[in-house]
Amino acid sequence: MPSRSFLLKMLSLAIVFGAWEIAGRVPVSYAFPTFLESMRALALLAIDGTLFTAYAETLRPLALGVLISAILGIALGLWIGLSARFDWLFSPIFVVMQSAPLAALIPLLVMAYGIGLTSKVFVVCIMAMPVIVLNTASAVRNTPSSLTEMARSFLGSRLDVILKVIIPAASPVIFSGLRLGISAGFIGAILSELKITPTGVGDIITYSRSIADYASMYAAIFSIILLAVLFLNLLEKLELHLFRGNNRGYVTD
Amino acid sequence: MSQTRAAPRSTVPLAADIAVRTRDVSKHYGTVEALRNLSLDFPRGQLTSLLGPSGCGKTTLLKIIAGLIPATSGQIEVSGKTVTGPGPDRAFVFQDFALLPWASVLRNVAFGLELRGVARSEREAIAEKYIRDVGLAGFETSYPHQLSGGMRQRVGLARALSVNAEVLLMDEPFSAVDEQTRRKFQEDLLALVANENKTFIFVTHSIEEAVYVSDQIAILLPRPSRVSEVIRPTGIRDKGADNIRRDPEYLDIVDRIWASLRSYVE
Repeated sequence: MPSRSFLLKMLSLAIVFGAWEIAGRVPVSYAFPTFLESMRALALLAIDGTLFTAYAETLRPLALGVLISAILGIALGLWIGLSARFDWLFSPIFVVMQSAPLAALIPLLVMAYGIGLTSKVFVVCIMAMPVIVLNTASAVRNTPSSLTEMARSFLGSRLDVILKVIIPAASPVIFSGLRLGISAGFIGAILSELKITPTGVGDIITYSRSIADYASMYAAIFSIILLAVLFLNLLEKLELHLFRGNNRGYVTD
Repeated sequence: MSQTRAAPRSTVPLAADIAVRTRDVSKHYGTVEALRNLSLDFPRGQLTSLLGPSGCGKTTLLKIIAGLIPATSGQIEVSGKTVTGPGPDRAFVFQDFALLPWASVLRNVAFGLELRGVARSEREAIAEKYIRDVGLAGFETSYPHQLSGGMRQRVGLARALSVNAEVLLMDEPFSAVDEQTRRKFQEDLLALVANENKTFIFVTHSIEEAVYVSDQIAILLPRPSRVSEVIRPTGIRDKGADNIRRDPEYLDIVDRIWASLRSYVE
């Protein structure tokens, strides 16, 4: 029997898609297709294989960028959170990165790294990394001091304290940073394909718009959102698998 | 656990029976002087309370003895060995319990042994014994947020007992639990001191609690902290847990301590 929360999720989807369908039928704008038209276009893109070749292209900078951002971001965040000196050294960089208008910086990246994969990976990283780094650092800094004192008083080494207390204690906030960072990475991947060179899903969007095939354009946008949501759900499963206590509340509550 | 005490303990400890000794311990935080030349002996097998108004440095002293924070000057000895950091001879019970919220009761109790590198099956067997001893049998797989405050502190106590340290350092362990639970804890603590051959150092801000549980009470006064008086409520120690609070000596000592602390409380 489906759970209540599952039913509510389905209801929420039905409301959004229903509103989309109605807005398309009114129509709000002739450039705004209905939900069903967009889904038909999505099916066509999937059947003739365009969608899959596009994703093979888009997923490369996306996966690389997200992977680099996650690993490097968490490592740097831990380092910044554990050491006041590295906080002073690195935090400003990420605060600037987070607030920089990325679209304006893309021409600079293209001049430096060309129009290939490197620039696109950079865009994904610039979008994804700051929030991962800053969340990780603040989570580490906010580890309850009584927990680290406890581990030290029971003879935990520095490494024990980091691995068995600080990282598990910080994991909920690290994971929320990862979720935000990865969704930003998806935005970055599409942005780079729209602003640097139209490849992959960005190409479908640009091309369909230029020939006024708005259903396909929205189908492509819908597919990337769907992928992001699926990926974020997967990440949540991973979190609950790695840190089983995370959905069990906190002592201080 | 029996709640009456075994044989009354000797009133004047021999020099060799000092488990923990602090010598001229001072602690400065920048320009703030938290402790000045504090010297105090803690007799083996007995419970010594550090009692004083808030801000008098009693928790600071306890953490210096634990090796968690370094003293600015002076020396701490535990069984004749100078303290340079946390050691296997001391275990700490925290005011806010300091339990890992993501770990079960079993893992929390075994965590001290886990950090010492004791193999899993062995440490879990030891932890299960102490979980039973503190009256939490059946809660091994529960998580801290599923327990009441009193039960959480029992987990903290079981964790400290399971590493089998000579000295138990307790930082206001009962201040975060309700009044009735606290009374039960105090009675259990008397039994624990009688049955376990351990030295207890107990920080509290409750005068009644200190007089009820202590073999020796060190009154600390603030700014800068120093030991103003050491009181040994010897007459009431062998009266039995149920009679202590009715004893005239108990009431006299409580009054005397309040008279000397009164002027320091804002």
